Amino acid sequence: MALEFLEGNEAIARGAMKANCNFFAGYPITPSSSILQHMLDLLPRDGGIAVQAEDEIASIGFCIGAAMAGSKVLTATSGPGISLYSENIGLAIIGETPMVIVNVQRQGPATGSATKGAEGDIQFTRWCTSGGLPVIVLSPATVGEAYELTFHAFNLSERYRVPVFLLTNKEIGLTRESVDLDAIELPSPVERKRVAMGEEYLPHDFDYPSAVPAFADFGGEHITRFTTSTHDKAAFLATSPPLIQEMIDHYTAKVDAAADELALVKQHLEDGAETLIVSYGITSRSAAVAAREARAIGVKVSTLCLQTLYPVPRTALISAMNGISKIIVPEMNMGQYILEVERLAPAGIEIIGVNKMDTTLISPDEILEQGGLR
Amino acid sequence: MNAVLETFLTDEIGPLPFCPGCGHDRLIKALDQALVKLQPDPKKVVIVTDIGCIGLADRYFTTHAFHGLHGRSITYACGLKLARPELTVIVLKGDGGCGIGGAHLLNVARRNIGITLIVANNFNYGMTGGQHSVTTPTDGLTATTPQGNIEGAMDLCATTIAAGAPWAYRGTGFDRDLADRIADAIRQPGFAMLDIWDMCTAYYLPRNQLKKKDLSGMMERLGLPAGLLADKQRPEYGEQYRKIHAQAKQAVRRRPGISAKYGHALNQQTGIVIAGSAGQKIRSAAALFAQAGMFANLEATQKDDYPITVMTGHSITEIILSPERIDYTAIDSPGYFVVVSEDGLQKSKALIKALASGATLYAEESLDLPETDARVVRLPIVATAKKINRLSIGIVALGAMLADSGLFPMDAFKESISTLQKKVIAEVNLQALDAGARILQSECD
Ligand SMILES: Cc1ncc(C[n+]2csc(CCOP(=O)(O)OP(=O)(O)O)c2C)c(N)n1
Ligand code: SF4
Ligand SMILES: [Mg+2]
Repeated sequence: MALEFLEGNEAIARGAMKANCNFFAGYPITPSSSILQHMLDLLPRDGGIAVQAEDEIASIGFCIGAAMAGSKVLTATSGPGISLYSENIGLAIIGETPMVIVNVQRQGPATGSATKGAEGDIQFTRWCTSGGLPVIVLSPATVGEAYELTFHAFNLSERYRVPVFLLTNKEIGLTRESVDLDAIELPSPVERKRVAMGEEYLPHDFDYPSAVPAFADFGGEHITRFTTSTHDKAAFLATSPPLIQEMIDHYTAKVDAAADELALVKQHLEDGAETLIVSYGITSRSAAVAAREARAIGVKVSTLCLQTLYPVPRTALISAMNGISKIIVPEMNMGQYILEVERLAPAGIEIIGVNKMDTTLISPDEILEQGGLR
Repeated sequence: MNAVLETFLTDEIGPLPFCPGCGHDRLIKALDQALVKLQPDPKKVVIVTDIGCIGLADRYFTTHAFHGLHGRSITYACGLKLARPELTVIVLKGDGGCGIGGAHLLNVARRNIGITLIVANNFNYGMTGGQHSVTTPTDGLTATTPQGNIEGAMDLCATTIAAGAPWAYRGTGFDRDLADRIADAIRQPGFAMLDIWDMCTAYYLPRNQLKKKDLSGMMERLGLPAGLLADKQRPEYGEQYRKIHAQAKQAVRRRPGISAKYGHALNQQTGIVIAGSAGQKIRSAAALFAQAGMFANLEATQKDDYPITVMTGHSITEIILSPERIDYTAIDSPGYFVVVSEDGLQKSKALIKALASGATLYAEESLDLPETDARVVRLPIVATAKKINRLSIGIVALGAMLADSGLFPMDAFKESISTLQKKVIAEVNLQALDAGARILQSECD
């Protein structure tokens, strides 16, 4: 076993390399800058391209161009940069562009506390562009998970031709931890399905709404098109309402239909527990300590840590709520994912948010006390 | 040999969509003629556009067609070209796109990425109803300058040339040699731009009572030159990128792995804070210490806090060591606190005051400490380090702390230093460690 002492941002870069990422463009911003730095270090040696663009709009624009030319692309930023990505995220959705976008969250709004952690971008990530169509959002709790979920993010983006977010936090990105990356089991890297030589090609072809269209690289053997405008399967402008709806249903269905398959969760469900803690990201770790301490004083507590935030792992959430009378949702924001929990919880369940945005971690004690477990 | 292509335009989706007499129509046909002259493989050509009337054109070509966001076409083109350098990438963009995407215009010129940019410059936003753009001449009448434009017109060629464009040309849609000039631009290995003036017959032309063919007259009135304005090649970005990285190509440096081979004396998660100043190598000393803990079969985390102006002020590092998995990575109550400088002390006074009675505070002896319940060990850290190297303060302090606390064997710290650092630096640090470890001994002697 070979241990390393790595920060989350380096683990993300390593996860991307493991997934065969070959193009990176980004713009420096604390606390994500070291991803740019690590990619500049790793990619060119491997024959890939890593560049610092003139701003975040160019960063994601470069990435979308490269992705449509067949590259596996990564970009990384923090909240202010996601704001600038917004319009192009919509472009990646409508163009069915596989890409991975890292948001190392920092305290906002605006410039906020640039060097401090937060989890204020949960709903922002889900609804980050106009149109409201679904994206995939994964959130690691540890440096090891940052590596693992980056790898999964690439696979999902290739499989579903959709932008996938890795939503992390300064508290993981810039914290070093002892970790053995080689001991983390990963599946094989997935490559997007490409159209076979000689076959007739439509850039957005699907037989049923949730089917993922085969891809043809710009510059490859099939003439292809890409457009930001409402289009048909051939990527020609579409104006007929039924056709427009068919495409919207497709973008929606391909992510929503995969919700169960995409649901990555870690749960510890206790027989007879009446309390459930639902958590994600760094706060999952405080939740784990709080649950252990509650159990030590004889209070039964179940925990559900979500690695997939969107699409909402409904099945896992609903089944974890079985027999529960109280749900605690600790978040380093003023209450965001709690909205998803409230939507799914049966009437009569007490739902308590433990919220803080003072840049410090939510402590196990805060969960125990505000959650009424002690 | 493939058959000669007589056009790169298709009528599959009908004729070009522009208003009667729109200058864009003429420009698109000139681009088609240029491609006919060059006869590239259509599969190796991408026409990239953004939003605006001119952006309606990409899909009429038999090449690949990429239609992106308003003003951002250059960014996609750069991504395509960097990923597949063999492609001929041609951007068609409006004067409006040059305004909103001005940063990309400057930067593609500066970087010299080998794409061709054709600006269909009609002095207004055709698509949104004839509002003024960055190239609307002063006094020009548009929907948004009803009293005449009081802004100055941007000279697109001079601007991109100033930014570094190696090749730039200005002409009009009526130039007989336009297709040849476009072909010249496409042949350039680096960035090439054409500022082609044309008329928006729906808005700019009628509002300003211009004659359709008066474009050259307009140039003269504005004092903007026509023709080839720059022709000075320099290395193309992507080519240069690949060249320098091919030369520097080395296997990725993998840090040596750490194997847990020593024991330790910890039975619970323990927080250790080291507070010093910029330039004292606090962070790297702390990282070596944490990794020494890993050699001693402990889990470890590290967080650093320092001002954005890294070369001045405090440098405070938090280490957690634990025999078990570390979940909660904040230190609410440190077991050990090491303070080596005034900056570190000032920043952490409140924490030091709050230390619990079971904690130990190791402090540079010259510091004026606040009251604390912790056990206080005062040490000549700075004086000891001075005898070795001024950068070894952190190692000296942590060596003394380890000798006193016995958290894990000193050999684990030595192994961490000698495995993870370059030999010359490791030698100095091993000396510093030794000196630190002996401070307390000598005090007792
Ligand atoms: C972000 C954004 N802002 C505004 C618009 C609206 N818009 C569409 S086209 C256009 C101007 C196009 O003018 P130009 O680039 O000169 O092209 P032309 O229509 O004159 O050919 C604007 C402002 C948009 N599509 N996107
Ligand atoms: S509005 Fe102007 S630019 Fe647009 S097609 Fe009509 S004439 Fe051309
Ligand atoms: Mg225009």
